[in-house]
Amino acid sequence: MARTRTYNPDRDVNPWTGPYRSYDLAKEIVVTFLAVAVIAVVLAVVFGSPDEKSVTLKSWSTADQVDFAATAITELDGSSATAQYGPPYNDVADVSQKIGPISVESALGVHIPVNPPQDFVLGPLSTVTGNPQLTKALATYRAASPAQQQRWTAAYETAVKKATVSDGKLVVPPGAYGPVAVLIGNLTQLATSGGLDASLINHAGFYSTDYTKSLLFVADGGYFSSLGDAHHLSGEQWGMMNETGSYPGQPWLWLYTVWYQVPPFNGDNTFGANADAYVWILMMILTAGFLLVPFIPGVRSIPRWSRVYKIIWRDHYRAQR
Amino acid sequence: MTTVDRNDVEAGVGLPEDADQWTAKIRGFLMRNLPPGRLIPDRQPSYMASWIYIFGALTMGALAMVILSGGLLSLEGPTWWHTSTVGLFVNSLHLWSVELFFFFMVVHLWGKFFMAAWRGNRALTWMTGVITFMASIGAGLTGYLSQTNFDSQWISTQAKDGINAVGIGAFFNVLNFGQMLMWHIMILPLAVVAITILHVLLVRTRGIVPPIELEPADPATAATGGEG
Amino acid sequence: MTAALALVVGALIDLSGPGHYIHWGFIQISVGNLVVICLMVVTFLAAILIPYHRRGGRS
Repeated sequence: MARTRTYNPDRDVNPWTGPYRSYDLAKEIVVTFLAVAVIAVVLAVVFGSPDEKSVTLKSWSTADQVDFAATAITELDGSSATAQYGPPYNDVADVSQKIGPISVESALGVHIPVNPPQDFVLGPLSTVTGNPQLTKALATYRAASPAQQQRWTAAYETAVKKATVSDGKLVVPPGAYGPVAVLIGNLTQLATSGGLDASLINHAGFYSTDYTKSLLFVADGGYFSSLGDAHHLSGEQWGMMNETGSYPGQPWLWLYTVWYQVPPFNGDNTFGANADAYVWILMMILTAGFLLVPFIPGVRSIPRWSRVYKIIWRDHYRAQR
Repeated sequence: MTTVDRNDVEAGVGLPEDADQWTAKIRGFLMRNLPPGRLIPDRQPSYMASWIYIFGALTMGALAMVILSGGLLSLEGPTWWHTSTVGLFVNSLHLWSVELFFFFMVVHLWGKFFMAAWRGNRALTWMTGVITFMASIGAGLTGYLSQTNFDSQWISTQAKDGINAVGIGAFFNVLNFGQMLMWHIMILPLAVVAITILHVLLVRTRGIVPPIELEPADPATAATGGEG
Repeated sequence: MTAALALVVGALIDLSGPGHYIHWGFIQISVGNLVVICLMVVTFLAAILIPYHRRGGRS
């Protein structure tokens, strides 16, 4: 029994009772595949693909020792972006992004534990042998009270911004840093030697394919983000859509990145602070809308209003007349 | 028990006493919805007279190139392309196949939107298309994360914030190269291909949507849905 | 390094140099992306405007 709703041209069709033409589907599939294959080969030969070399802790600390040391001290004193990130890496209260009062990030807790003072600084330094000055500095630092550690690291953090490099070694203006100068100095040397890269790969044994710790440390530095800026990949540069060099990137991500460029998401307010969460939710709503276009009155009428279909099916409408 | 001969079995005659079998039910469903003439048609309605209709096939051709070039990259591993000129060429082929895939898919999407191709009970066809698009974006993201170069480092450290903000980051760690590579070469390609197959089968079962008509053909039996 | 490798493999046009970006109000878009988007629009228009006549005509 036919349903007897009113005919709606945006939802319904008239069953086709007209002619059918001979059509070779298999030939279309083969020809279109070959055409695409040829175009892809030509594009690959003409344009190649981009390959900017990775940043390592070694390359970073060699290129910019001061930035490395300035980042390392924030990892040690727990003020770096990673140390203050909160879940899923660590248990810092009230920093997770929220939608209104709800923070899924917080609710799920720590799943990928990262403890920068230990994982990025003290742990790797502990693996160094044959360096009594370093061993003593580690012991002194560990034995000190948190308040004392804070005084040393705060003093170093201020001073390192004025540090220089002389003869390949970091030179920090003198001050009351306790063992901290030795710790950071040695960490920088460990980095320039390549030993820190090896130390930071998550070790579940011999093999590892998880670069969480190395990436978080590298991304905390000014050096890495200045490279991103130089390649036009930063958030406020519509970076999500871009590729390194002059290659086309991901233009289909335009609707995701546009929100970061406009108020209130780019502002210094609750929305701005929770921009990632709000943009995700907004995109999920828009995606649901995209999915449900067939059911949304008005939106599903746009094809009829725009009259583009009259061009597509002009032969058919002409034949009808 | 009735006996049948080999010819009957191969013709899929289907005895009433076997009608409750899962096999018989599945076969019956397939035969009703996708008889050979509908699965692999050799005729098309005369209203299909536009170049816009080839963009679905072009998209699938590009997907085939993505999978082929990805397969070639898999032969040698994820860092091969940094040190081999052949590897670099195959990587370029993979990148441009992906660009072509999204290019053709978006043109196909625009065409289907302006044709209101969801009409006549075809909403599921539209929806599977959208889901394929979304799955492809995921496949693209994990692909970028698998490049093992600066771009992977940048994208992973940026993307983590959005993904962590909604809690997904606790389970989907974009900084974990091994995990991302496996999502990219196994889980997401299977998802994209499976949903694409479903999408194409829906097109086959429903038929190509007829042109927009402002009035019903026969107001007396203005039935909705229907296959056109 | 990238440029040298690209030349060796025959990337005839080297796209690894710094990109060019167009700024229009709050919009910033790379030339590469703009070219791709324009090509998509042109392709769509061509697909719907160019006549499609099958051999064998209408049956």
